[in-house]
Amino acid sequence: MVLVRRRGPLRERCAAHQLRSRRVRASAERAPTAQRGILMKVLVPVKRVIDYNVKVRVKADGSGVETANVKMSMNPFDELAVEEAIRLKEAGRVESIVAVSIGAPACRETLRTALAMGADRALLVTTEAELQPLDVAKVLKAIVAQETPALVIMGKQAIDDDCNQTGQMLAALLGWGQGTFACGVALAEDSVTVTREIDGGNQTVRLKLPAVVTADLRLNEPRYIKLPSIMKAKQKPLQSMTVQELGVEVAVRLKTLQVSEPPPRRSGVKVSSVAELVDKLRNEVKVL
Amino acid sequence: MSVLVIAEHDNATLAGVTLSAITAAVQLGDDVRVLVAGHGCRAVAEAAARVQGVGLVRHSEAAHYARPTAEDLAALVTDLAVDFTYVLAPATTFGKNFLPRVAAILDVAMISDLIRIDAPDRFVRPIYAGNAVATVQSMDPIKVISVRATAFDAAPSGATAAPIEVLEAKPHSDLADVLAEQLTQSERPELTAAEIVVAGGRGMGSADGFRLLEAIADRLGAAIGASRAAVDAGYVPNDYQVGQTGKIVAPKLYIAVGISGAIQHLAGMQDSKVVVAINKDEAAPIFQVADYALVADLFQILPELETELSRVLAK
Ligand SMILES: Cc1cc2nc3c(=O)[nH]c(=O)nc-3n(C[C@H](O)[C@H](O)[C@H](O)COP(=O)(O)OP(=O)(O)OC[C@H]3O[C@@H](n4cnc5c(N)ncnc54)[C@H](O)[C@@H]3O)c2cc1C
Ligand SMILES: Cc1cc2nc3c(=O)[nH]c(=O)nc-3n(C[C@H](O)[C@H](O)[C@H](O)COP(=O)(O)OP(=O)(O)OC[C@H]3O[C@@H](n4cnc5c(N)ncnc54)[C@H](O)[C@@H]3O)c2cc1C
Repeated sequence: MVLVRRRGPLRERCAAHQLRSRRVRASAERAPTAQRGILMKVLVPVKRVIDYNVKVRVKADGSGVETANVKMSMNPFDELAVEEAIRLKEAGRVESIVAVSIGAPACRETLRTALAMGADRALLVTTEAELQPLDVAKVLKAIVAQETPALVIMGKQAIDDDCNQTGQMLAALLGWGQGTFACGVALAEDSVTVTREIDGGNQTVRLKLPAVVTADLRLNEPRYIKLPSIMKAKQKPLQSMTVQELGVEVAVRLKTLQVSEPPPRRSGVKVSSVAELVDKLRNEVKVL
Repeated sequence: MSVLVIAEHDNATLAGVTLSAITAAVQLGDDVRVLVAGHGCRAVAEAAARVQGVGLVRHSEAAHYARPTAEDLAALVTDLAVDFTYVLAPATTFGKNFLPRVAAILDVAMISDLIRIDAPDRFVRPIYAGNAVATVQSMDPIKVISVRATAFDAAPSGATAAPIEVLEAKPHSDLADVLAEQLTQSERPELTAAEIVVAGGRGMGSADGFRLLEAIADRLGAAIGASRAAVDAGYVPNDYQVGQTGKIVAPKLYIAVGISGAIQHLAGMQDSKVVVAINKDEAAPIFQVADYALVADLFQILPELETELSRVLAK
């Protein structure tokens, strides 16, 4: 269990969003209580992945990457999602946070981390199979049907398979709106305004609730977990079920035939001066 | 085999990444069609029609396609897609946003970040931030694929033009509305299309530090990139970020300055043809992927480099 997380310096959030969320919050605060509606539930899917600091090694037989005796952690993007849900709860907009993980029984550890951060309940959906994003989305859809959250916040991408699909697929299956690559989330009564990191800059979208939001790196800075929270998390409910019990049919649509190492870059040379560097760039590799 | 390519554009010009997706499409099938959905984007449809290998352009106009939501675009694409074997889009924030939605509605898997086609049903894609590559076989009748533009050359334009057919727009979905966009204005080439990228990391120390890089970029006509640490610290806007979760670039020349070379950063630039690293720490991992390593203080080196470049390039 992680006690202390390594984090970089305070991040600047997208400025445009901060302005907007302040405005949205201000108007929500002014609304009379009766109009504020009921507090909502948020579902946060969390995936157990190889820790981002681990240099992964491809297995000699090309069947995958080495996972035995490798440090596993919560997908970093999912930490951001959990943190955002907690902040919404602390701001009084959310009543409860349910974390869900799909996979081997070891995902319990990931769920305990989510509970220690501040989620209220956890659901473990066990499966022997390695589920692909569409299957994961189908399982999550079944969970949504049971839990009826107003908002699902999840990572934009899992750092193992790097698919960047599951949130969008879940939104499609549910017929909900989606706010992907979020760097800002402002919750109103029946909508959520999401600032998204897109290739050219930022985009702000308003989604009707219920909706799916996927977290990008600059959404927030996940909190450190303190020891008492870890102890408290052990008391929080963690319910386990199987994919079959949820009545979800999974199928292998993509078969992984081989996993290999990318071609290595040839090692380079040291240059001792700017003049030598520029000369090599011009005359050796001719890129200037 | 029929291939549908969804064009990325800004209603005025066809994005270069679309041309790379068309190259992948031509490798997959002989009936390549392009969907151009936008607002006032006739010129884009005409440009798409002139790209070699394109047999037909479907052009759909609506105000809500000016900056289409994933919800609106997926609805339009899904209707068309059922007649195709392949549906392709660039693996950019544009393609990544709507394409998984299309796949889910069609009940098929999606293949993210295609870098190579081995057979009509066999595709190669990077995983683990590019530390491994997976060959996958698709069992689906419709293969939905996002294409990593750096892995495919841009398709050239020819003298002849394919026909353009109008496609009726679908109504706007009230699930999502675009309220605003703040796009970074820059005179420099677009990061993913630039021949030369100069990138700065935490070592640049401040937004002011990046001015030193700008001077170099000006000399070279280069785009500016950054590590996540530099973006997080607020030195540069987020769309400068290169890496696993930022942009993937593969320029002719990548100059990494004050960047340590975390795997997440390398994931975004390790396919560059020539890599130069400038770092004061001899042990920085960036040197393991650098063709030319300069161990020095960047604040001393960058002004020297600018002077040297202006001297030799002026000749
Ligand atoms: C080397 C390798 C080989 C593989 N081979 C196969 C194979 O042959 N057959 C096969 O069926 N599968 C295989 N898999 C597994 C499968 O491809 C991936 O795990 C799956 O595609 C999920 O992709 P992703 O996590 O990148 O999704 P993304 O779309 O990137 O995930 C986005 C978000 O979805 C949520 N999420 C995703 N998964 C879960 C989860 N399990 N629980 C809770 N939340 C979740 C998280 O919030 C996450 O941030 C393989 C995986 C690897 C790495
Ligand atoms: C899920 C996840 C996703 C991520 N995605 C990305 C991504 O897409 N892109 C990305 O870049 N990172 C990404 N990261 C972050 C990544 O792990 C590193 O933290 C980051 O790349 C470090 O940036 P840096 O090299 O600028 O900073 P540092 O690691 O702090 O390196 C700074 C370097 O500057 C050098 N230096 C300092 N001063 C000088 C000087 N005066 N002269 C010369 N050299 C100097 C130092 O020697 C050092 O090597 C991600 C991390 C996670 C967990």
